[in-house]
Amino acid sequence: MSQAVSMDRPHPGSNEQPAIQLEKVNKWYGALHVLRDITLTVGQKERVVVCGPSGSGKSTMIRCINRLESHQEGRIIVDGTELTDDLRALDTIRREVGMVFQSFNLFPHLTILENCTLAPIWVRKMPKAEAEELAMSYLTRVKIPEQAKKYPGQLSGGQQQRVAIARALCMKPKIMLFDEPTSALDPEMIKEVLDTMIGLAETGMTMVCVTHEMGFARQVADRVVFMDRGEIVESGPPNDLFENPQTDRLRLFLSQILRGH
Amino acid sequence: MILRHGTMVAAAWVDHEDAIMSGAAIDPRLQPARAAPKKAFSLSWSDPRFRNIVWQVVILGTIAAIVWYLVQNTNRNLTARRIATGFDFLARTAGIPIGESLIDYDPSIHTYGRALTIGLLNTLKVAVVGVVIATIWGTLLGVARLSKNWLIAKCAAVYVEVVRDIPLLLQLLFWYSALQGLPQPRNSFHPLPGVFLSNRGVKVPLVEWEQPFWWALAALAIGIAGTMAWSRSATRKQESTGVRPKVWPVGLALMVAFPVAIWAVLGAPFDVEMPVLRGFNFVGGATLSPEYGALTIGLVIYTSAYIAEIVRSGILAVPSGQWEAAGAIGLRPGIVLRKIVLPQALRVIVPPMTSQYLNLIKNSSLAVAIGYQDIVSIANTTLNQTGQAIEGIAAIMLVYLVISLSISFFMNWYNARIALVER
Amino acid sequence: MASSETTTARLSEAAGEPVPSLAGIPAAPITRARPAITGAGPVAWARTNLFSGWVSTAVTLALIYVLGRWILGFLDWGILHAVWTVPDTAAGPDASACRDAKGTGACWAVIGEKYRFILFGRYPYDEQWRPAIVIALFIGLYIVSAMRRFWRPELLLVWVATLTAIGVLMWGGVLGMEFVPQDSWGGLPITLILSTFGLAFSFPLAVVVALGRRSTNLPAVKALCVVYVELIRGVPLITLLFMASVMFPLFMPPGLNPDKLLRAQVAVILFAGAYLAEVIRGGLQALPKGQYEAADALGLSYWEKTGFIILPQALRLVIPPLVNTFIGFFKDTSLVLIIGIFDLLTSGKVAITDPTWQGYSTEVYLVLAAIYFAFCFVMARYSRGLETEFSRTVRR
Repeated sequence: MSQAVSMDRPHPGSNEQPAIQLEKVNKWYGALHVLRDITLTVGQKERVVVCGPSGSGKSTMIRCINRLESHQEGRIIVDGTELTDDLRALDTIRREVGMVFQSFNLFPHLTILENCTLAPIWVRKMPKAEAEELAMSYLTRVKIPEQAKKYPGQLSGGQQQRVAIARALCMKPKIMLFDEPTSALDPEMIKEVLDTMIGLAETGMTMVCVTHEMGFARQVADRVVFMDRGEIVESGPPNDLFENPQTDRLRLFLSQILRGH
Repeated sequence: MILRHGTMVAAAWVDHEDAIMSGAAIDPRLQPARAAPKKAFSLSWSDPRFRNIVWQVVILGTIAAIVWYLVQNTNRNLTARRIATGFDFLARTAGIPIGESLIDYDPSIHTYGRALTIGLLNTLKVAVVGVVIATIWGTLLGVARLSKNWLIAKCAAVYVEVVRDIPLLLQLLFWYSALQGLPQPRNSFHPLPGVFLSNRGVKVPLVEWEQPFWWALAALAIGIAGTMAWSRSATRKQESTGVRPKVWPVGLALMVAFPVAIWAVLGAPFDVEMPVLRGFNFVGGATLSPEYGALTIGLVIYTSAYIAEIVRSGILAVPSGQWEAAGAIGLRPGIVLRKIVLPQALRVIVPPMTSQYLNLIKNSSLAVAIGYQDIVSIANTTLNQTGQAIEGIAAIMLVYLVISLSISFFMNWYNARIALVER
Repeated sequence: MASSETTTARLSEAAGEPVPSLAGIPAAPITRARPAITGAGPVAWARTNLFSGWVSTAVTLALIYVLGRWILGFLDWGILHAVWTVPDTAAGPDASACRDAKGTGACWAVIGEKYRFILFGRYPYDEQWRPAIVIALFIGLYIVSAMRRFWRPELLLVWVATLTAIGVLMWGGVLGMEFVPQDSWGGLPITLILSTFGLAFSFPLAVVVALGRRSTNLPAVKALCVVYVELIRGVPLITLLFMASVMFPLFMPPGLNPDKLLRAQVAVILFAGAYLAEVIRGGLQALPKGQYEAADALGLSYWEKTGFIILPQALRLVIPPLVNTFIGFFKDTSLVLIIGIFDLLTSGKVAITDPTWQGYSTEVYLVLAAIYFAFCFVMARYSRGLETEFSRTVRR
């Protein structure tokens, strides 16, 4: 049996409304058809890992979920709200969806604490003291409370990424999106970030994670989705996918990725 | 913008895809079964396109209202002061005395239009000469700043620093008073035969321009074209056989010997008119007025300081590793300079250089302060005489806008052509 | 490993020791020619930097000769044979000593007599302590703004307070000070006022235009900003000053006649706005796209994003080119000479039209050049220092 994190949680696909629904989502960059009929449902508290070769559309897909990219056809429904051009819908969705970027994107001119409290104060209209308390609690959770008054430039890459996770969590999102969170880190710092993400998974957060870290996928993911050339090719529990790939494309991808593991 | 990004991303994707999925079918994303659907336009606040249009209408409307208000005021004021409008004044007799002009001009018969044209020619006279000399002198200074000789480098650095920190107008006034401090014509400096420096300007001998010179000029143009063609055929020969036939002897023959031969064949005229002192001033020869001299010297000295910095940063922008790598594969310094260092340096140099040229041309408008009659000065006199300020100033602005937009256009074209292809 | 063996060989070769045998190859004896004489010290330095070759030596000697002659000539004219003061007679200063020395000695007396006019223009003689304080206030403002520890929002209040104080001092009419109309203002305060107020008021305009030019949603606004910037940058400042002095009165409703200084100030503000907008736009472009995305992902609105995240970073990035642009404005204010406003340069030029002091333009121009140079050089040095410091900071 896999070392999946076990805890009691409703099985995805129960009567509860799914966290994210993508129905036949299509996106074009000019004439290039970059997302082709993407259909994906992510249930509450489900952890999905998306993998695939570079340029397969994985990042584009999750960036469509919080409208950093816009889709031209199909429907995206996040936490019951459909994603359209409607500003109010967009505000609602962005408040409930947190994102962690490959290049961290911390605000270099603000302290760590200010990075974390900016959005709660201005978007969730929290009083400053409450926001700071919240920020400190999350910084403690990612294990760097002592860096609160420092600036991002003074932290290592792994510490910055953990701050980025804490910053996203301060908005108390229902869904967390990770866009290759460890790809820009030096190898020795990858573990600390992955441990933080595993800890987050244990609290029951709904997560969609684009990553190449297959060990993390095995440990944490309920489902792994393999994308190639803009479409979802295979999807299933990690062990099924890694042990019994059904398509040639997945087999080729695994042979190239898992060589290093 | 999205299209460009998309094609760039597509290229990267396709390359990578080819690498991983070799042998697979053509990427289906490049041959879409269907195109992106057009989005319906809805007239509601939640549609961003509608919102944007509303905002733009509001902003443009406000600005249009302000402009309309100003125009109303202007019309009222113009009629109150009985000032004419329109460009009819261009056909009226000018009556402006003009000190120096490249074409014939008589204030009592020629029009404002002709006067303004003379002003434009005077501006171009300064601009062209100024740009050429400033480039040469500025490049020398820039290279001098990088010299290993400490004294040369320091002198160049001091020159650049001092010149850039003093206003151009002050420098022009200084040069003008210096040139006016030259002695009277009867006591003028006489450094070379036929060249006289006095406070009435610099007198140089004038060569009579006759027919054979036009033919020689045409021969030069043919020679330049011929040299370019020869150079191209030499490149082709080099590509196919590896041996590059010499270009410079052919170039010399075509661009120097050929025009000279044509001139000689057509009679070899060379009538030089020497300036001769008669009474209080010189007669004959060509004159460079002190105004023109001060303006050109001032502009050249000022702009060359900026050009020196640009050239210096261009040379420094090419990492020394480029020289080392080129030397390591056995290329000689001449080839390295031409094919490797200069192309990279020019990429960094050309954009700011063209904007310095533009600055020089704009700065030539300071001529009005020292009495050189360029387009600004003559237009200023015109608008004082006719009272039509708006037309006068609009004319000046139009002239400069045309010049500056052409230069920007050229620069954008050049940048697009030589841009390094990057990921 | 092979590489370390060869490295060792090379090191020991450099040290002059015989190379140890490598894989059976017998060691070869090393003979070396004597190395060239090198070393530290001024002679060695002169050798490498001044006299390293025939051409270099020749140029150095030529330069030393020319520079020497110039510097000695200048010292001779400017100090040794100069006339520093002239006696005062009942009919005014007696400049005959200066006239006698013309050509051989500088007449610094003209500065001594005229410095108050050059610095303060036609400001009433007894009230000239006020523009003097104003000059000091400006210099203080620049120094405070330059120090990094004062880069806080409170700096804005300092600017507002200082500029208001300057206005109060120059105009007077309150606190027992005599009222002095703008027509009497002149000299260095005008130069400082035109450039500093120009920068201060054009800054918000420049920010709006820079943001507008980068807007993708509002093409009409973008086009408007492009037209404004390209129009202003395509024409010389002189045309804008002409426009201000001649056309602005026509734009105003009848009866409203804006003061000449105000007109020139508006022209400088419009001019500065276009150039500053380009500088700021460069900063906005240099900011990594990830900052915009992170702010969007957190749900910040456009103005929250721009105000809290984008502008603070972009403005900090462009401070060196901003200072360089300000240096340009400072020098460009001298153009108001042409429309008849009394700045530092105009005062200097008018000072030598005084019949007593005609012909001593060189001395006056040199002093003016020194004043401008003092301001501009310090500012240029400062901005270069900032640039080096900024490029050293690693930006992630």
